[in-house]
Amino acid sequence: MSLIFILIPLVVSVLLLFSKATASRQIALVAAIANLIPTIYCLGCDYSRGMNCTFDVPWVDSAGISFSLGMDGITMVMLLLTNLVAPLIILSSWSRKFENESRYYGLVLLMLSALNGVFLAQDGLLFYVFYEMALIPIYFICAIWGGQDRIRVTLKFFVYTFIGSLFMLLSLLYLYLNTQAPVAGALAEAGAQHSFAWADLLKVQLSPEVATWVMLGFMLAFVVKMPVFPFHTWQPDTYVVAPTGGTMLLSGIMLKMGTYGAIRWMMPLAPEGAHTLIPVFMVLAIIGIVYASIIAVKQSDLKRLIAYSSIAHVGLIAAGIFAWNKTGLQGSIIQMLNHGINVVGLFFIVDIIESRMETRSLSELGGIAKSAPKFATLFMVIMLGSVAVPLTNGFPGEFLLLNGVWNYNYWMGAIAGLTIIFGAVYMLRAYGLVAFGETNEQTAQFKDVDTREMLILGTIAILVLVLGFFPGLILNISDASVNQIMSSVPW
Amino acid sequence: MNSIVAYIPFLPLIGFVINGLFGKQMSKSMVGIIGSGTLLVSFILSVLCFNQVAASGPIEYTLYNFFSVDTLSIDFGFLVDQLSVWMMLIVTGVGFLIHVYSIGYMHDDEGFYKFFAYLNLFIFSMLLLVMGNNFLMLFFGWEGVGLCSYLLIGFWYSNREFGKAARKAFIMNRVGDLGLLLGIFLIFKIFGSLNYTAVFGALSTVRVEPAVITTICILLFIGAMGKSAQIPLYTWLPDAMAGPTPVSALIHAATMVTAGVYLIARCNPVYSLSPDAMEFVALIGLVTSIFAAIIGLRQNDIKKVLAYSTVSQLGLMFLALGMGAYATAIFHVTTHAFFKALLFLAAGSVIHGMGGEQDIRKMGGLRKAMPVTFWVFLIGTFAISGFPFLSGFFSKDEIFAFTYAHAGWLWWGLGVIGGLLTAIYMSRLLFVTFFGSFRGTTEQEHHLHESPAVMTVPLIILAVLSVVGGLLNTPHFLHLGNEQWLANWFSQIIPISEIHLDAATEWQLMSITTLLALAIIIGAYFIYQKKSNLPLADESVKGITKLIANKFYVDELYDWLFVKPLAWLSKIFYYFVDIQGIDGIVNAIGSGIRRLGAGFRKWQNGNVEYYLLSMVAGIVIVLLTIIFR
Repeated sequence: MSLIFILIPLVVSVLLLFSKATASRQIALVAAIANLIPTIYCLGCDYSRGMNCTFDVPWVDSAGISFSLGMDGITMVMLLLTNLVAPLIILSSWSRKFENESRYYGLVLLMLSALNGVFLAQDGLLFYVFYEMALIPIYFICAIWGGQDRIRVTLKFFVYTFIGSLFMLLSLLYLYLNTQAPVAGALAEAGAQHSFAWADLLKVQLSPEVATWVMLGFMLAFVVKMPVFPFHTWQPDTYVVAPTGGTMLLSGIMLKMGTYGAIRWMMPLAPEGAHTLIPVFMVLAIIGIVYASIIAVKQSDLKRLIAYSSIAHVGLIAAGIFAWNKTGLQGSIIQMLNHGINVVGLFFIVDIIESRMETRSLSELGGIAKSAPKFATLFMVIMLGSVAVPLTNGFPGEFLLLNGVWNYNYWMGAIAGLTIIFGAVYMLRAYGLVAFGETNEQTAQFKDVDTREMLILGTIAILVLVLGFFPGLILNISDASVNQIMSSVPW
Repeated sequence: MNSIVAYIPFLPLIGFVINGLFGKQMSKSMVGIIGSGTLLVSFILSVLCFNQVAASGPIEYTLYNFFSVDTLSIDFGFLVDQLSVWMMLIVTGVGFLIHVYSIGYMHDDEGFYKFFAYLNLFIFSMLLLVMGNNFLMLFFGWEGVGLCSYLLIGFWYSNREFGKAARKAFIMNRVGDLGLLLGIFLIFKIFGSLNYTAVFGALSTVRVEPAVITTICILLFIGAMGKSAQIPLYTWLPDAMAGPTPVSALIHAATMVTAGVYLIARCNPVYSLSPDAMEFVALIGLVTSIFAAIIGLRQNDIKKVLAYSTVSQLGLMFLALGMGAYATAIFHVTTHAFFKALLFLAAGSVIHGMGGEQDIRKMGGLRKAMPVTFWVFLIGTFAISGFPFLSGFFSKDEIFAFTYAHAGWLWWGLGVIGGLLTAIYMSRLLFVTFFGSFRGTTEQEHHLHESPAVMTVPLIILAVLSVVGGLLNTPHFLHLGNEQWLANWFSQIIPISEIHLDAATEWQLMSITTLLALAIIIGAYFIYQKKSNLPLADESVKGITKLIANKFYVDELYDWLFVKPLAWLSKIFYYFVDIQGIDGIVNAIGSGIRRLGAGFRKWQNGNVEYYLLSMVAGIVIVLLTIIFR
């Protein structure tokens, strides 16, 4: 079952990459929806007893590497995010004319395959392979179809995140070399001396000094990917340069590889290093929340503004994970989903504005609420989700995250809490400059949303409200799994 | 029966959805009927709830579990007890009257349907706030009303200034909300629940440090400062007058701004344990009351005067709360809802008649053209000024009596000053607006008319309530019957606190304030009859008057302290720290590596001797490290 999530997009992606299919966007959409169906099916599974839908075959058996997949509640939420947002992302670039269109959609699907793999992998090396595999398509998407200065920006992004992951590889290898030889199963028969399986890596006991280094390796990979202050400078440029679909993939799903990795791999595998490292990165994450929010306050480019706001939001998610308590973790998981939904919506809003006005500069906008009331209303709903107004989807996560951070340290919680003020400052300013005020010559001509745009934004707006009223739907999925992963960590 | 509780907030929500989605296609009367009709039903259901609470006690009803994270289990649940049902009656009752009024007031506005949708959304949020059975539900409503306030202040969004005022309101409220949120975290930490019954029940069993209790109280009060416009978070409320006048009446006078008072009255078991916090609340209330009233003396915008008056009256309510007179505070919330809604709506009627003019210097003599509006405005003014036996007379007198009994003559004296300033600016407003001769343009004079019945009937009802509202809770010493009815009604939730004064003292206190108030009203009548005493044009105002007219430059101060530094910091962070600093380092490392790579490339120059040399050097280094290890 788990394999389906990886196979469908992979197969279709290969098809699109190597044949010049004419209806490539339709094929890609069908593939993405085909992935959504088993996702919804799996929502009904029982996640209270560990991994479901496991798939485990030896891969390089003599080296103790297996192709091992599985899903618990946390994975489920991540799969939901990936496969729910994917059709919207594909649909969002529907009207854009790409050169080599089938290649573009092929790469998007390849990316989806890798992302699903990252969330499903139960073997350290497999996780690493998917983690890096996700980087390749997004690199090409940005480098081929991106905007001005794309080569320099994309290369920086690639090198930066790639170097980060290499440190993770070192940590994984160190852990691997300290695992016991498997005693049973195919790997043992093949004479493997070590194992990359999550459960085996978990058993490795490290001294605090070594664990600090091991954790640091993971940490560097993940904080660059999220990104956490001060490892974030690749992010605004990349988000701005990337084509909208690429920005959505990056911000909506890909950065969650970092936060997810921290929950699944970093904290459980090297908890002994937490005492020295976590306080440092906790402080960095909190600084990042305030710092990025303050920068967002005066941004004049709407896309860059949302990029910085994303740094602030992810900083809070990271802080909630580092706090490693129940509310922080549950908050981070539900927020990964909801941030993904909202940020995709916001970047689509930017795309609509840019495609109609040929500018993203806030000073050239205004009065759109008059010329395009439906657009303004949908923007409002998504904006409120992003500002975390209660009964929108942004609220439960933010509440739980702040509570988690506050439980870790009162003052850090209070400082992180400034996000509810700053978030309102920059989002309301941006919204006001776009939608309120008098129209100018250009904005007076602003066309309201068409059917396709309505479908995307409407879906997102409905999700904002439904998940805002019923956060229990998501929190219940991951509840038991969070308990399990917390109990696997000696704290 | 209990499930009808859920319909009370959700009916206005349904109204919001219908008007929001389909209002554009519907006729205006249909929009108005749906908007106010849903609310009327909610009001009737609230009355039913009132009867049931009276007969058989509080009603609890849980709709569903919002979320559970371990012990942090939050229900989307309602608690209708004596306090919340009282607030529900005010919200739905006064709210209904204001909705009806709005049908007339907003009739020519192109955003008519949107206005009703937002109003209904507001009522939904406000009802969640007062009906929730836990602190998180309160927080939902708390932020929800803030959002609706934002939407309605910025209702005429084409005006950038209005948009700014809306944003200011939302952001300042969020500053308070952060305090409230942290208070909620602390409550959960200490009591292990956010449910009112559980938290207040645990107060007697859990041993809590007094400092912690005080911290909780202060944090909650920070929330109240934001929502109820107390120093230092009050400057948003006068700016909020940018919204349509019914909004000012409903949200910025009668209901939303009293949420802070409700919060503290609700948490009275906690506050009563912290005398320090109580004193702080009383002090902030007292200072705000006087400060805002002074500013109100020199405002010339009819709505601005009323706005500062609201801030000042809210200050009096917090003074009462700080004195431990929780029921009295809610009593004043009630009478204030009547007369301040009345005053705002009457002001709206004036603005309507004047074709949008709000400056009282351009009015005058309106009593002839707008008799109904004049009479109800007069009643409102007398009620708020403490004219004998009108509603404000009873509620204010009770606040002062408690203050005297609890804190002595100094506090009492200062409180009375705040109260008497009210009489001054209100009678100034009344006489300048409605007496003398008309000072506007001839065009305006021609346009001048009394408002239609859909507006005047709600005004008349509110005027009646402003007259008789005080009888809800009369003091014992006057022997009017119905003594302390409201305080007794709340006694399950708010323990009755008696005023320990003898009747003679109470008589004396009441006589002093009443006589002074009457003297002020009469004095103001004679002063503002003379043309030379009319408010001056802005440019000829000088000295301390100018200082007051400019609101003590607090807005400018905040701008200088917070707004400008934030903008400045934002740019510094972006251009210097981020682009040049952090990213500069990243790029430097990047190009350093590249240069290093270029250096290595030089070594690969095809020269075999060079390779051999480096190989030997390498072997030597390896050997040396092995030997000397």
